[in-house]
Amino acid sequence: MSRKNTVRATQGAEGYTVVGTRPPRVDAPDKVAGHAIYGPDVALPRMAYGKILRSPHAHARIRSIDTRQAEAMPGVYAVVTAKDLSEVADRIGRVGESSVNFKFLCDNNLASDKVLYMGHAVAAVAASSPHVAEDALKLIKVDYEPLPPVTDVLEATREGAPLLHEGMLTKSLGGLGERPSNIASHIQHLKGDPAQGFAEAEVIVEREFRTATVHQGYLEPHAATADWSPDGFLTLYTTTHGSFDARAQVAEPLDCPLSKIRVIPTEVGGAFGGKNISYVDVAAALLARKAGRPVKVTMSRAEVLLASGPTSGSVMHLKIGAKRDGRLTAAKAELFYEAGAYPGSPVGSGAYCIFACYEIPHGQIDGYDVVVNKPKTGPLRAPGATQTAFAMETLLDELAEKLGMDPIELRLRNVAHEGTLLITGNRHYSIGAEEVLRATYNHPHYQAPLGGPHRGRGVAFAYWGNWGARSSAILNVNDDGTLALVTGSVDITGTRTSLAMQAAEVLGLPLTRIRSAVGDTDAMGHSDTTGGSRTTMATGIAVVEAANDVIAQMKGRAAQLWGLSAEKVTYKRGVFRASTPGGMQEMSFAELAGQVSATGGPVRGKSDVNIRKWGGAFGAHIVDVEVDPETGKVRILRYTAVQDVGRAIHPGQIEGQIQGAVAQGIGWALYEGYAYDAQGQMLNANFLDYKIPTMLDVPPIEAVIVEVPWPEHPFGVRGVGEVPIVPPPAAIANAIYRATGTRLAELPMTPERILQGMGVI
Amino acid sequence: MTDRVRVSAIINGEPVEFLCEPRQSLLECLRDILGLTGAKEGCNDGNCGACSVLLNGRLVHSCLVLGVEIQGQEVTTIEGLAHWDGLSLLQEAFVAEDALQCGYCTPGMIIAAKALLDREPNPSEERIRSWLAGNLCRCTGYDRIVRAVRSAATALAKSREEVSR
Repeated sequence: MSRKNTVRATQGAEGYTVVGTRPPRVDAPDKVAGHAIYGPDVALPRMAYGKILRSPHAHARIRSIDTRQAEAMPGVYAVVTAKDLSEVADRIGRVGESSVNFKFLCDNNLASDKVLYMGHAVAAVAASSPHVAEDALKLIKVDYEPLPPVTDVLEATREGAPLLHEGMLTKSLGGLGERPSNIASHIQHLKGDPAQGFAEAEVIVEREFRTATVHQGYLEPHAATADWSPDGFLTLYTTTHGSFDARAQVAEPLDCPLSKIRVIPTEVGGAFGGKNISYVDVAAALLARKAGRPVKVTMSRAEVLLASGPTSGSVMHLKIGAKRDGRLTAAKAELFYEAGAYPGSPVGSGAYCIFACYEIPHGQIDGYDVVVNKPKTGPLRAPGATQTAFAMETLLDELAEKLGMDPIELRLRNVAHEGTLLITGNRHYSIGAEEVLRATYNHPHYQAPLGGPHRGRGVAFAYWGNWGARSSAILNVNDDGTLALVTGSVDITGTRTSLAMQAAEVLGLPLTRIRSAVGDTDAMGHSDTTGGSRTTMATGIAVVEAANDVIAQMKGRAAQLWGLSAEKVTYKRGVFRASTPGGMQEMSFAELAGQVSATGGPVRGKSDVNIRKWGGAFGAHIVDVEVDPETGKVRILRYTAVQDVGRAIHPGQIEGQIQGAVAQGIGWALYEGYAYDAQGQMLNANFLDYKIPTMLDVPPIEAVIVEVPWPEHPFGVRGVGEVPIVPPPAAIANAIYRATGTRLAELPMTPERILQGMGVI
Repeated sequence: MTDRVRVSAIINGEPVEFLCEPRQSLLECLRDILGLTGAKEGCNDGNCGACSVLLNGRLVHSCLVLGVEIQGQEVTTIEGLAHWDGLSLLQEAFVAEDALQCGYCTPGMIIAAKALLDREPNPSEERIRSWLAGNLCRCTGYDRIVRAVRSAATALAKSREEVSR
């Protein structure tokens, strides 16, 4: 398939003045000065501090909670439990279909009848200081009936395993299971005839893979500050991906109309998907209402690891078949994903992505969402895809070796194109998969000598989708010709900058004329969460439309002043022009802005969109490692990440996203994983024992930008932030294999596992 | 309620007096009592470096120092680096090199880098990496931070030359 596209390096974009440049991020000065206000930095007059009592058990029934002593302690303003989540039982009838989810949502905020993981919230206290609140927690008496826990995903599926939700039946292929089970749901995708596909295969490879539960590892803990007005309006300052989603997650358990809650998003100190779910917002709101004063709840690091939403550990069985020439004939995957305490793992997106890079005629994917006694999983950057890419991309490496083929050539032979029908039934629209693979193959890194013993090179390829959804933008024109851009999209990755750049490009004005900000839930139209790599793309479309709206309105004002109709007015690079009977008229944007009040009031461009077309993007990574044969320690020597970004608005920020994601992927590959004992006690809830990569572990990472424009965005933007977390564990596993001859099929690939694989221990 | 202790210290060059509980860490005192929220809590056990400050010029984790321990001492926080006429050269280098994303680790990273450059004006990349290995960053992949510290070292050397001329 041939399609026009541009494959080129990172320097400025042709025909643009702002798009493709690298201005400093607009939020940087406040951040380097220590002035930026993050969730834990919020302070209000009369504010109290909230702390949460958490379960020491992985699985137990709550017989009773006695809070009287804590309530009587001096300095304590309020104590809340699940009983303060009003009439949950009564509301189940009303919320209909989502009744189960509603109970789960409430219970994960404050457990009512059972605790389902170590760290599960059972009560909360607001007091004059964090220490007083902690002292008061010790006075709360909870009578638990401990139950046997299950933390292993396969054990949880077995007959006789302890049941987390006694009444839960498996949703399977449109029906319901007959007996209670920890398998919340079973999904299946089928294309063609897998049996026939495997019969046609000349080579078949098959393996079981495991990945550990891993955390997003953002540095800023969850924090929320709630403040009620006397007439029952709540203002919530919280660190979140999406202020509107946070509002909904508070409104439901509190049974409060959305109009009575205003969410003001703070600066966000890292999130990677993990701040989509509310963990402290509800407790802060309940405590503040009961205490009659503002309450801030900030998690400790241990609480973040124990009781926010890491991503699923998984067990995956995978089988692929191919002809001798490398063409894939069939693929089969069985995916078991930990959901944590309540249903909702990303097994669906894992299933969507596992074979999405390739054209495969026959295939079947079965996915199981399994509850276990661990915290409820939450989104982590490309949720579910890194796990399946680890399986698929290492198995392809094994296939390439069996066929004696170059790993990238094998992928090129099967690469998906526009129009490819996936096993999930979806069809790829415009994609740049082949362009990415070719750029990777042609990169000097791929042919460079390894330069030493115990070294190996691995590659991996990956796909991730790009969400659209709702965005809202306004662009206020000030009297001096400067502008204020406000969107409802929380800035997680530098989008205040990348959005203002798009406005500046359309307006033909310098970026410095535009102040870029994030609005709250009262000020903006409903804006979906900053996730799915959507903001620069989808909110970007709203911003471009708002900027065009400004130009159209300003043309109208110029036309009024000049006594013409608006279509006679042209606008280019900051100047309005028109030919009038009296000669050529000309006025700069700033001059005209000074006269808008006299011509009908302020000018405010706006746009509210719901982008329904989903895109997608691909990335391919090359990594060189050196494995110490005595200690099993892996050193990353060189790393190159190639990615189709559609159109690079700010290449520097894109490279930053890619480099950061690769670093996170190195952690996932080599170090990170929740450790539990047989009682379901988490053993490493701190940054010493849950090791994330340090400056000594991550080499300089080369990010290579490929641009195959996305047709649905005015500049061609594709989502960027998630794709690059997907390939690293597989690429590193393949490199370790080439260095040691050991195929590792379990994450993290610790020195111990490597040495075991090598037969050293 | 625990008795509070009066503490006098010099913070960012200004004499400060405050009351704190003996169990409150310096980080809590800075953030909750003095309103200096530039130092961040990332772990509260000395493993992330987000709370880094200088105590008499020495790099410390303010979460591992008690507030009462700074009696009569000098503390520099991130708020003490920028002046009325703008950011310090080190802070400017972080902006220019795009050495931050979420920015939560940044104040601690900059303070730690300052501690290094104060004692070693021209550190190698390896030295920067080992010095800053205790400051975790989850967003950037670190390389741009290393580059920012290198470029700040160059800028600082240049400004010292100008001053000496």
